[in-house]
Amino acid sequence: MLDDFMIRATLAGVGVALAAAPLGCFVVWRRMAYFGDATAHAAMLGVAIALALELSIFVGAMSIALLMAVTVSFLAGKNYAMDTLLGVLAHSALAFGLVAASFLTGMRIDLMAYLFGDLLAVSHSDLAVIWLGVLAVIVMTVWRWSPLLISTLNAELAYASGINPKREQLFLTVSLAITVAVAIKVVGILLIAALLIIPAAAARNLAWSPSSMALIAAVIGAFSASAGLGGAYLLDTPAGPSIVCVAALIFAVLITVKRPT
Amino acid sequence: MSLVKVQGLTLGYGGKIVLRDVTLAIDSGEIVTIVGPNGSGKTSLLKAIIGALQPISGKMHYKPRLKLGYVPQKLHIGPTLPITVLGFMRLTDSVSKKECSAALDKAGVPDLLNRQMSQLSGGQFQRVLLARALIGDPELLLLDEATQGLDQSGSASFYRQIEEVRASTGCAVLMISHELHVVMSASDRVICVNGHICCEGSPSIVASAPEYKALFGSGTEGALALYRHEHNHQHDCLDPMHSPVSDNRSDS
Repeated sequence: MLDDFMIRATLAGVGVALAAAPLGCFVVWRRMAYFGDATAHAAMLGVAIALALELSIFVGAMSIALLMAVTVSFLAGKNYAMDTLLGVLAHSALAFGLVAASFLTGMRIDLMAYLFGDLLAVSHSDLAVIWLGVLAVIVMTVWRWSPLLISTLNAELAYASGINPKREQLFLTVSLAITVAVAIKVVGILLIAALLIIPAAAARNLAWSPSSMALIAAVIGAFSASAGLGGAYLLDTPAGPSIVCVAALIFAVLITVKRPT
Repeated sequence: MSLVKVQGLTLGYGGKIVLRDVTLAIDSGEIVTIVGPNGSGKTSLLKAIIGALQPISGKMHYKPRLKLGYVPQKLHIGPTLPITVLGFMRLTDSVSKKECSAALDKAGVPDLLNRQMSQLSGGQFQRVLLARALIGDPELLLLDEATQGLDQSGSASFYRQIEEVRASTGCAVLMISHELHVVMSASDRVICVNGHICCEGSPSIVASAPEYKALFGSGTEGALALYRHEHNHQHDCLDPMHSPVSDNRSDS
């Protein structure tokens, strides 16, 4: 069954959408949309390094994404605002990554595959790595759900409940880096943030509680992945962007729904 | 025995000391208010007590298995995060719906259980925070400028609620406020800080202490009288002497 490339592609897309949904909710609640985008852009440098050193793309992308996230968290609030730092570091990392990739003359690398995803080329081993990452992220977000939520609301409230919000932030950062790494193959570096934010934002109007928002986002994300892939197959359009288009259309429809009170 | 005892505590951020050599103890059942100007270190003191700030030096002793309830200074739940009052109150502790209901009653806001947090008024929101802190019957309630954003009558009634809670549960209360006149009438003891402890004692002693007057001016004594006046108000707005004062107050 896994020998059919469409089935592998669907499983990969749905998997990443499932991991991105609860994480995307936190990105929306904590106003980290730009942070997620920047972490994803930084992964390009990781890809280039991995190609040069003949390492796994996944490991390279995850390491640099993590390094970026930690650096930004550490530097934020010193002399620059968070978004300024993200703008500097993320775009620099993307630019350095693209330049570094151009030096790799030994092999022809398809930049488009990394920037916009290459879902139809997901191999058996890619699928295994993607689902390993997806399961790790899902386990981590479910396990840390309440502590993360209370830390999101108020750091002091978390401390008073015996929770260290800095530690919770680290869980979130690691989850984000893993998600970025596994999502490169699915939607590509430039559209990872869309997969995080759009399903969560679309779910907001239907949700009545934090967990319901995450579950609805997961359903929207998984549906977008399957429908986007189906559409890409029928219309011969690029798979990753098609998935994001479906999610965006769902958002557009749901934004007209009146919020439950 | 004391619930919390702090000895020679020095606090700071990144090498900059904000509070030096503080020694104090909170006994069960008392209401203690910390007052001080902006940047005086009063919030840092509370942060150290809840464990959010590591002291540079000094010792802190807690009564074993002390149950704390904390009401934060500022908490904004925007409309992006859907969460009901019940969901919010159960976030970290697994408590029954009944317990949440009872806590809301104590905080003076029954029937809010199924409302969305983002749709509450400022006063309702603060009382829900209070209710959450009351879950599990804390022995010590900590409040960090809990009435920011409430108008004067709103915060006065909030502090009256605190007195009621203390009367019914017997918990000690340690709170920070800048609304001196409102808070002081509710306190058993006032500690005035400005980088260190300037003076402490009963509200009337602190209000007349020279250190306190140097920090806040003597005008606050008038405000204290004003509050007492408002507390048992009897339509004395007919009295021409009082109307300009009331106008001033609502402007500030």
